[in-house]
Amino acid sequence: MAPATSELVRPPCLKFKGNLVAITTLELLYYDPTGLSEALEEKIAQAPALFTNHPIILSLEKYDDAEVPLPDLRMIQSVVRNAGMILVGIRADAPEQISEAQKAGLPVFPPAKNGRSPETTEANAEDMGRSTETSSAPKQEEAPATRSAAPAELPTPQNLVITQPVRSGQQIYARGGDLIVLAPVSAGAELLADGNIHVYAPLRGRALAGVRGLESARIFCQSLEAELVSIAGQYKISEDLTGPHWKRPTQITLNGEKLSLTDI
Amino acid sequence: MSKIIVVTSGKGGVGKTTTSASIATGLALRGHKTVVIDFDVGLRNLDLIMNCERRVVYDFVNVINGEAALSQALIKDKHSDKLFILPASQTRDKDALTQEGVEKVLNELSKTFDYIVCDSPAGIEHGALMALYFADEAVVVTNPEVSSVRDSDRILGIIHSKSKRAAMGLEPIKEHLLLTRYSPERVKRGEMLSVQDVEEILSIPLLGVIPESQSVLTASNQGVPVIHDEISDAGQAYLDAVARLLGESKEHRFLDLPKKGFFKRMFGGTA
Repeated sequence: MAPATSELVRPPCLKFKGNLVAITTLELLYYDPTGLSEALEEKIAQAPALFTNHPIILSLEKYDDAEVPLPDLRMIQSVVRNAGMILVGIRADAPEQISEAQKAGLPVFPPAKNGRSPETTEANAEDMGRSTETSSAPKQEEAPATRSAAPAELPTPQNLVITQPVRSGQQIYARGGDLIVLAPVSAGAELLADGNIHVYAPLRGRALAGVRGLESARIFCQSLEAELVSIAGQYKISEDLTGPHWKRPTQITLNGEKLSLTDI
Repeated sequence: MSKIIVVTSGKGGVGKTTTSASIATGLALRGHKTVVIDFDVGLRNLDLIMNCERRVVYDFVNVINGEAALSQALIKDKHSDKLFILPASQTRDKDALTQEGVEKVLNELSKTFDYIVCDSPAGIEHGALMALYFADEAVVVTNPEVSSVRDSDRILGIIHSKSKRAAMGLEPIKEHLLLTRYSPERVKRGEMLSVQDVEEILSIPLLGVIPESQSVLTASNQGVPVIHDEISDAGQAYLDAVARLLGESKEHRFLDLPKKGFFKRMFGGTA
């Protein structure tokens, strides 16, 4: 009897979860067999640690087949593998590209929304540098040196400043930076940022900071009346927020797995 | 150049048509040539409130489709020769309102009218979008209760992001809050949101507060916009709102419980 009951209470061995994963996209504009592997090697030389065994998606949205028709994707796959990376799929919408991908046994992802194409590999390398800061810190030092040709520029933080009220049903996302709002955020509105969120007015909607996993992100607001606050996926709903900090200037931080609220 | 004013709310039944009729009438009473358009295609109501339902021959959709001239569809108000009504079609749906068609009609109206009042349907779909798209000013009608306030907030977001002025990067639509069905007594009992509560949530300037009043329903059923009822507090409140819309500054009335007594009767006008 005992094993049977334990069978019953045992949790299921798997779970399906929707998840957003940041992944590098390799955008192919045209095909040149020798040029491709050379260009790849050159890029990798800039930051070898970042690219070793790195999964990538091949984007064909901007591929110009007027000059060179799309080659067998297995060839590209092997060039990428030789460079030390793993091709995990392609992003395309043209039917012939999709059928090529199926021939090569590669999964097909839909094209980027709103016509927003993946950024250049340079930007991606920088992005990755930021997100994998801890794991590849020692190697990072070498990258600027080998890239001496590029002008030494400070990376521009992609902060977003909003001066108008954020109304119910509106959603604002500060990709790659902080979100600063100087007007009320209504119930039913949603703020998202890869970095911190500042609201210099009542925060009545939802605020999700560090949406791509930045655990040091913080939320600041002048009056905490939020429906939900979240940092790097850890959240609290208004029921848990109504307490000494409710309707007061508050800072929200993530300590381990818990959100903590402090007065400002 | 005429001014296009949309009367909108998101939520239904808060008093958009009542307000459209009274504001359009008020503007005409003040000497401005005004037309009020019913955008609620399929659920035509404005003609009933304005008591001209028996005179509807052609409608807004006929004009958009080129089946009638604008002059054939416009109905002259019985009370004011400066006021005209462009009724909605009862037999069509909102998809009959094309952006080009609406623009064409508004352009033609703006040649002869000082004010064009657009009575929006409820909701945030196509009909409501068409009513607000070309607006210069918006009167957001809100009842003092949470769901109405939430919906008004939503429509304000749409005014800000989806109107022509937003799309072209022009100066944003001027927004006005009109609080209707307000009952100071119920606010005092904590059953209703106060003016301050609503103003704080929506953070737009207050155009007026229309008190809950028997006279509104009576006026609707008789087909006489309540603004004509100058004895009622609702009628007076609409007169004040129209004056503010025209840029006059008037103190807000009917916000507090009427004190029973000789003085209040003299100054509060709560007859």
